[in-house]
Amino acid sequence: MIVAKRKPIEEIKEMLKGYKKVLNVGCGTCVSVCLVGGEKEVNILNAELEIARKMEDNPIEMGAISVERQCDREFLAALDDKVGEYEAVMSMACGVGIQFLAERFPDKPVLPAVNTAGLSVNQGIGWYEERCRSCGDCVLGWTAGICPVTMCAKGLYNGPCGGTNKGSCEINPDQPCAWFMIYERLSRQGRLDLIMRVHPANDWQNIGPRTLVQPGYSKPDNAGQKK
Amino acid sequence: MKSGSNLEKVLGAGHFAFTGELGPPRGANAEEVRKKAAFLKGNVDSVNITDNQTAMVRMSSWACCIILIQEGIEPNYQMVCRDRNRLAMQSDILGAYAHGIRNILCLSGDHCKFGDHPQAKGVFDIDSIQLIATVKKMRDEGKFLSGADLDGVPKMFIGAAANPFADPFEWRVHRLAKKVAAGVDFIQTQCIYNMNKFREFIKQANDMGLTEKAYILAGVTPMKGVGMAKYMKNKVPGMDVPDEIISRLQGVDKKKQSDEGIKMAVEQIEEFKEMKGVAGVHLMAIEWEHRVPEIAEMAKVLPRPKVD
Repeated sequence: MIVAKRKPIEEIKEMLKGYKKVLNVGCGTCVSVCLVGGEKEVNILNAELEIARKMEDNPIEMGAISVERQCDREFLAALDDKVGEYEAVMSMACGVGIQFLAERFPDKPVLPAVNTAGLSVNQGIGWYEERCRSCGDCVLGWTAGICPVTMCAKGLYNGPCGGTNKGSCEINPDQPCAWFMIYERLSRQGRLDLIMRVHPANDWQNIGPRTLVQPGYSKPDNAGQKK
Repeated sequence: MKSGSNLEKVLGAGHFAFTGELGPPRGANAEEVRKKAAFLKGNVDSVNITDNQTAMVRMSSWACCIILIQEGIEPNYQMVCRDRNRLAMQSDILGAYAHGIRNILCLSGDHCKFGDHPQAKGVFDIDSIQLIATVKKMRDEGKFLSGADLDGVPKMFIGAAANPFADPFEWRVHRLAKKVAAGVDFIQTQCIYNMNKFREFIKQANDMGLTEKAYILAGVTPMKGVGMAKYMKNKVPGMDVPDEIISRLQGVDKKKQSDEGIKMAVEQIEEFKEMKGVAGVHLMAIEWEHRVPEIAEMAKVLPRPKVD
């Protein structure tokens, strides 16, 4: 899932300082599961902000609403009648949801309450670890199901580098070396030949905004025009 | 001859090579480069110029290489993958060659986290093995990585590093084999302290025929004292410093420790001269360039051969 981390309260307060009535929009999918931007977190943040502003003698009215998914147009429609009542909109969704909200309400300032922090697995309650950088050219087939782009601090395709330290990455003893793990797993599977050959320079796919249209589907004729 | 560099000539003629290293200054102090270089002149076959080593900003490697050429010393241009994408790398290689640089050492580079700009974005567009292949393609096919033709081909002697000690040990010789397959001409190893492990590594490399395909220069860094030995053991990733190295240094008076460190380095060099598969020594006397002349003298590697 996509995980995110709430921005520091001071940064959020700074963004909201010129406003007195703001709608905070939660998202019921990824950020809700990773405990940062669902209905509950919207209410907690709103309470924090209202108390802080009250103490500063500069009250703010925070509206609350959560939609199933901010990255899906059908769920955003529920906001159309509400947004007009507010000076600005804040989103607790990932960067995708925030932008889709801003696109739908181009006349309103739309502000992020969270920092999007990657595509991660759920290791335990409240504990997430990044696993994919969506490079667009998956190599997991020959790297034993361990992503060197994400898990190697240098994103090497022909690792491990000389900094492997007792199985850890040179940047942090608590971070396992991706290439050490790749070696160990391939060795166990008898597939080391996969990393014996030189892997050539990568053809990066994530160097510009990508559009995906699945086979059998097409973009409407008027899509892609300037909004 | 692939490049005609002095290092290539010395190795090609079968001499035991002896290379040095110089760290550029943290500023625009060209005099400092000349001062350090003077200690190396005539005592080594080629001098590695580090490229923002430990991810600290320093005078650029190619610029420092040009200063060395002006001083009559052959440089070995180190290039890391951390700070440049494939466009900048290829363009720097062309410029370096145009200025007379003939050796290049292809490295991944220390992670930015270790340096003075830990918040910097590491590039790593290509890795060290892909960089080797890129330089080889430029030299042997006269083409850019993209396949387009070059106007003027950089005839570089291509080097890379090897760490025989990092984990997993069994993989290390295969990584060396990948560098050889990518087209490397010479290898300079990480500083060697664990001689047993290195003997095993070089035996594996001999058995796989790798030492026939690339020249292996054994990395030597003399210990300045117990403090440095402990730091290398505990703080430098991928470094293997056996306890007996530390206890030997501890066994002498503090003032004599640096002499003992040099003595140990000289003993290593003597063994490397006899070791099958080792074509030379790369002496990394870190911030100790002024002691290179005496080390070279004691190791009996002087005078350096002149090969036409």
